[in-house]
Amino acid sequence: MLQIKNLHAIVEEKEILKGINLEVNAGEIHAVMGPNGSGKSTLASVLAGNPKFEVTRGSILFKGNDLLEMEPEERAREGIFLSFQYPVEIPGVSMVNFMRAAVNEQRKYRGEDPISASDFLKLMRDKRELLGMDSNLVSRSVNEGFSGGEKKKNEIFQMAMLSPLLSILDETDSGLDIDALRVVAHGVNKLQSKENATIVITHYQRLLEYIKPDQVHVLYAGRIIRSGGPELALELEKRGYDWLIKP
Amino acid sequence: MIEQQYIDLFERFRSELDAHSVEGMNRHRDAACDTFRQIGFPTSREEEYKHSNVARAFDANLGLNLRNIPIPVNPYDAFKCDVPNLSTRLFFLINDRYYDKPLANDPLPEGVFVGSLQRFSDEYPEVFNAHYGQIADYSDNGVVAYNTLFAQDGFVVYVPANVTVEKPLQLINILRGGVDLSVNRRILVIAGENAQVKLLVCDHAVDDVHFVVTQVTEVFADVSAQVDVYELEENSVKVTRLNNLFSEQKENSHVVTSGITLHNGYTRNNYRFRLLGEHARVDAGGLAICDKKQHIDNFVFLDHVVPACSSNELFKTVLDDGATGVFCGKILVEKNAQKTQAYQNNRNLLASATAQMFSKPQLEIYADDVKCSHGLTTGQLDEEALFYMRARGIDKEEAKLLLMVAFTRDVVDLVRIDTLQERLAMLIEKRFRGELMRCGNCNVCKYAD
Repeated sequence: MLQIKNLHAIVEEKEILKGINLEVNAGEIHAVMGPNGSGKSTLASVLAGNPKFEVTRGSILFKGNDLLEMEPEERAREGIFLSFQYPVEIPGVSMVNFMRAAVNEQRKYRGEDPISASDFLKLMRDKRELLGMDSNLVSRSVNEGFSGGEKKKNEIFQMAMLSPLLSILDETDSGLDIDALRVVAHGVNKLQSKENATIVITHYQRLLEYIKPDQVHVLYAGRIIRSGGPELALELEKRGYDWLIKP
Repeated sequence: MIEQQYIDLFERFRSELDAHSVEGMNRHRDAACDTFRQIGFPTSREEEYKHSNVARAFDANLGLNLRNIPIPVNPYDAFKCDVPNLSTRLFFLINDRYYDKPLANDPLPEGVFVGSLQRFSDEYPEVFNAHYGQIADYSDNGVVAYNTLFAQDGFVVYVPANVTVEKPLQLINILRGGVDLSVNRRILVIAGENAQVKLLVCDHAVDDVHFVVTQVTEVFADVSAQVDVYELEENSVKVTRLNNLFSEQKENSHVVTSGITLHNGYTRNNYRFRLLGEHARVDAGGLAICDKKQHIDNFVFLDHVVPACSSNELFKTVLDDGATGVFCGKILVEKNAQKTQAYQNNRNLLASATAQMFSKPQLEIYADDVKCSHGLTTGQLDEEALFYMRARGIDKEEAKLLLMVAFTRDVVDLVRIDTLQERLAMLIEKRFRGELMRCGNCNVCKYAD
């Protein structure tokens, strides 16, 4: 589904990604771990198409198509979903209107009619319940007044509403207590299928107790320096990152 | 000089001017003329008009309908206002004349007078003389002097003590003319003790000529009165609108104003609020959406004269293309006005590289036990918020629109008429989508629904 080849990316003239190679197939969960500053969030931003980041070399194919040629909104409609590390607050734009607009954009892209009011309400209710979210959280402006944990839950709620093909979870576990973590992980797992895939970006092994990866990659100084199975995460938990960096 | 042609006109047609008005208004003209001779129209050499050279608008061949040549129009046929189904009582001013064929509305509460300034002067001369021209200070304002000089009629809302007017009143100011015209309107709002009234004023220019409109509104809120004055401007780009609102409040009264410009040419709004009784409160809001070469200038002077009053200003501007916005918020807290609470908020959104905003808070605080704050930001749409929405599949233009509409929300929320709030939200969205175009050539402007 996703093929990243020799990806180099810069932000504000500074090169952050220095040749990333990664392949993700449908049905897979990949964990991307690494110390702070290694480029994990940059990778997420580049995949989502954040205009602040510029790709200088390499390619990204999504479902066989050139992802770098697509605007962020197009990538979203093609099925890419980024759960932001720091979701922004948008006062004055209601969660309901926002989600309905997003859902309808996808449907339009697929040649479907806009969702009916009753179907939409039902969809909202079902997904809210999946994540144990209060109805009032959803009736407010996007992320306005939400705590850190509520914002992260809201990201997964949106993911549930949009049913993406490729989800990129950027440090979704940061700011979550154990219970919230469990709820979020439960949500992510429920949404997992043979057709979609997930990239979990995390610093800690803790989330991976609940969302079990098929492959684990270690990102350091803009390159993937080691890939392995789930046991790699446990090794990192025990030994930190030093042993990989200083061979 | 620009003023001379008007002074000459005044002197030559003085008798006709007076004949088509009433004594109550006529007796203010001489003093106004003296002042006008001395100070003239404001130019950009004056600090408060630095970005708005008002004098220039008068340097033109403008007609003045001093003989009150009637304009044949039935406004109910010729005009459909954007805010229908509002359940208001409708009144019309055609240029500066009150249209004396009101709809068969349900009767107003006992003692309430709503209608022509001329008739009010005839029927209630004492009340008229006690209020007309009493707070519209022209000693430093040549436009108000000019208006006092030439205004012949206008609109009055008089609500006696303890009366509540339940349904909002809606005044539609229609500008019509075959030639470039100078129009001078007066509005008087008098609310007695405990009275309550809401007035919505809609400005619409129908013909494709230049109008230079001066409007002077005097609002008197007696003890514990509640007065709301909302103004909605949708004028063509050929209109210069010079609006002056003076308000004086007694104890415990509450005045709410909101000036919303959705489409205009050149607008200058002067507000002067004086809080003269303790625990009086004023909420002043403003919103202007301008593009092309439109110009909006809001000048707000808030005078806390006595202790324990509160004021809240929220003015927002959205500027695109080569539009210009100006805001000056002057707050004066006088020496004895302890326990004052005064808040000022000016937020401006620039959607293009050529739009310009000039913004100045001006706080003069002479009391020492007060709470005053001012906030001012001028900037662009939040890039992060834009990307967040695009990352969810919403395209760039739609995302910008959602953010711009969201930006205007809190000013709209200040309006205390629910149906008007909803309608405004819809009109604002249409405006951003470019669906609110003034067609200068037709009599009926219906907006796509």
